[in-house]
Amino acid sequence: MTTDPYAESRETTEGTVYTVTGGDWDSLLDSVSADEHDDRIVINMGPQHPSTHGVLRLVLELEGETVTQARSVIGYLHTGIEKNCEYRNWTQGVTFVTRMDYLAPLFNEAAYCLGVEKLLEVEAPRRAQLIRVLLMEINRIGSHLVCLATGGMELGALTGMTAGFREREEVLHLLEYLTGLRMNHAFIRPGGLAQDLPEDWKEKVTDFVKVMKSRLPDYDKLLTGQPIWKQRLQGVGYLPVDGCLALGATGPILRSAGLPWDQRKIEPYSCYEEFDFEVPTATEADCYARYRLRVAEIHESLKIIEQAVAKIEPGPVMVEDRKIAWPAQLSLGSDGMGNSLEHVRKIMGQSMESLIHHFKLVTEGFHVPPGQVYSCVESPRGELGYHLVSDGGTRPVRVHVRDPSFVNLQTMPAMSEGGMVADVIAAVASIDPVMGGVDR
Amino acid sequence: MTEPTGTSKDDQEPTGGKQSSAEASGAATEEQRARGGEPPREGEVEQSTDGAADTAPEGGTRLAPTRERRGMFGVRGTGDTSGFGGLTLPGYAPAPAERPYGGWFDELADELAEAMDRKGIARAAVRQITIDRGEITFYVERERILEVCRLLRDEPALRFELLSSVSGVDYTAPGGTGAPPVRQPLHVVYQLLSMTYRRRIRLEVALDVDDPHVPSVVEVYPTADWHERETWDMFGVVFDGHPALTRILMPDDWQGHPQRKDYPLGGIPVEYKGAEIPPPDERRAYS
Repeated sequence: MTTDPYAESRETTEGTVYTVTGGDWDSLLDSVSADEHDDRIVINMGPQHPSTHGVLRLVLELEGETVTQARSVIGYLHTGIEKNCEYRNWTQGVTFVTRMDYLAPLFNEAAYCLGVEKLLEVEAPRRAQLIRVLLMEINRIGSHLVCLATGGMELGALTGMTAGFREREEVLHLLEYLTGLRMNHAFIRPGGLAQDLPEDWKEKVTDFVKVMKSRLPDYDKLLTGQPIWKQRLQGVGYLPVDGCLALGATGPILRSAGLPWDQRKIEPYSCYEEFDFEVPTATEADCYARYRLRVAEIHESLKIIEQAVAKIEPGPVMVEDRKIAWPAQLSLGSDGMGNSLEHVRKIMGQSMESLIHHFKLVTEGFHVPPGQVYSCVESPRGELGYHLVSDGGTRPVRVHVRDPSFVNLQTMPAMSEGGMVADVIAAVASIDPVMGGVDR
Repeated sequence: MTEPTGTSKDDQEPTGGKQSSAEASGAATEEQRARGGEPPREGEVEQSTDGAADTAPEGGTRLAPTRERRGMFGVRGTGDTSGFGGLTLPGYAPAPAERPYGGWFDELADELAEAMDRKGIARAAVRQITIDRGEITFYVERERILEVCRLLRDEPALRFELLSSVSGVDYTAPGGTGAPPVRQPLHVVYQLLSMTYRRRIRLEVALDVDDPHVPSVVEVYPTADWHERETWDMFGVVFDGHPALTRILMPDDWQGHPQRKDYPLGGIPVEYKGAEIPPPDERRAYS
């Protein structure tokens, strides 16, 4: 037995446990072969590992390089967001849910707000709905780019990583300009939007589309036709359509197996029925198909963005009902964003009723009639559903999130058992789980 | 409650008596008798397909109301100078739907009822049907949830291929409000999706806190594996027949089930600009 300080070993009831930190495989193999040992070895990968796509722990049972069993262990990023929502009013809930799937914050906000609006039986104004579509599609591009970037990094395609994050930065800059924040926007609110878009939003969005259109072909040059990329992905992580349905997989995984299932087409929300776009579908059901679908979906999102820019017309971005609409009239002051001085002057000097109304709505929140709804949107990863329960008060009784990452991650064993250990990485990257959404 | 768990009595007829005895012997039964009909078999009525008059769900097993809401402004006892602390708002009980349900709901309910007859599942397995905000909810007896799920998946006229989600809801009244206890406050909610017919339905099972057992649906929908583990982890609902019902989000050695209403949110007071802000669960609540 060697005494390598980096490959320590200790005896447990399950046998000898080695700690490997990378680069010390030789000493591990020496120690293993020194013992009487069969070929079966259980490897604990993660939760802190650069190739597990987040704080995800994989427990792999190997025979040589072949994975005989794979299990994922989750919960390392559990923050109790669902429980926290029960202690805030319905508007404050947006601030929490936007932090779950942090690569698709606007989808969380939109799905949550659509659910609250369904409970309230109100509909956001048309301009607000179209702006939601615009923001969601910009966000979808950003999310898919991160999937390509981190997926590339995990497979060793580092230029894919730098290129993906470069383009994603464009997305974040644009979202920051439109909503005020790069991530965790809390911009979509029950009843509409927090505020209107800045004046020159059209030029910014059009410029963004132009930049993306010029750069997207680079991904085809860099990855799509590249032999190493294809060898790592083709035929890897196979999951046919019946497996997808049994395991609940939706989004690009399901579409890569040939079923063109997309909430935007099936149950259109937020005016999606007015948009002309395709649902890219493949039949290979492998990691390469999922990669190609994500690139194709970026192109489709750009199409939707262009149509949304043409469709959005001036109008209100919040429902008329003053019992729901946030009373604040925001404007930019010398000390940052805040209530407009006119509004403050009115409620403090002229209208006692306005002041009471403002105070009650901000401190209490609005009452939501009792009942339960399930509202879902097509997030970049699949069906993002919100089950909301109200008992008539100003706070939810229950906010449950059907996060697509959580459900899709269940397909990891089906995709990777029987394959090589390196293919596990490709499979997990093609599932694209966001651990903030998985663990909530 | 000492009743055996769901899976062990799968081969028996569900009694349905425990939930129904209170309501079924009330005014609804008398009304039914006055109309000259037979006294309704317990819990049988809402699914019957012969004639709209007999489909009045009142004769069936209605769900108990959920928690009451009491007081306002979070002030209780002697500190209440507003008088609003004495407000009581009744609990919400989902209303049973009445025929015609509208849209595809009638067709679906008929198909399900017929399929249940063919498979020998008593119609009383569906305690109540509620339609609210364009969504249909079937309140199912817990002993029958697995068979109903299998039926919903396999019947050509139903075809609910995908189980979107399984989760829990705890309708227990929050402590300290003096509200009366809620009957069967723990609910397990199943969201089903039929891709063939493009329909979504919800199944709901109500459970007692003392006996939180429900048959697992993993053998019908493998995707329920993690959902049920999460519901066990968060609500302490035991899914009998689950292949490995362990915690999934909380650490393995965690005590308690965090999403239960009697489980505190936790948190510490925070000082901000000289004032002390209490943790969220101790702040004033207005609902």
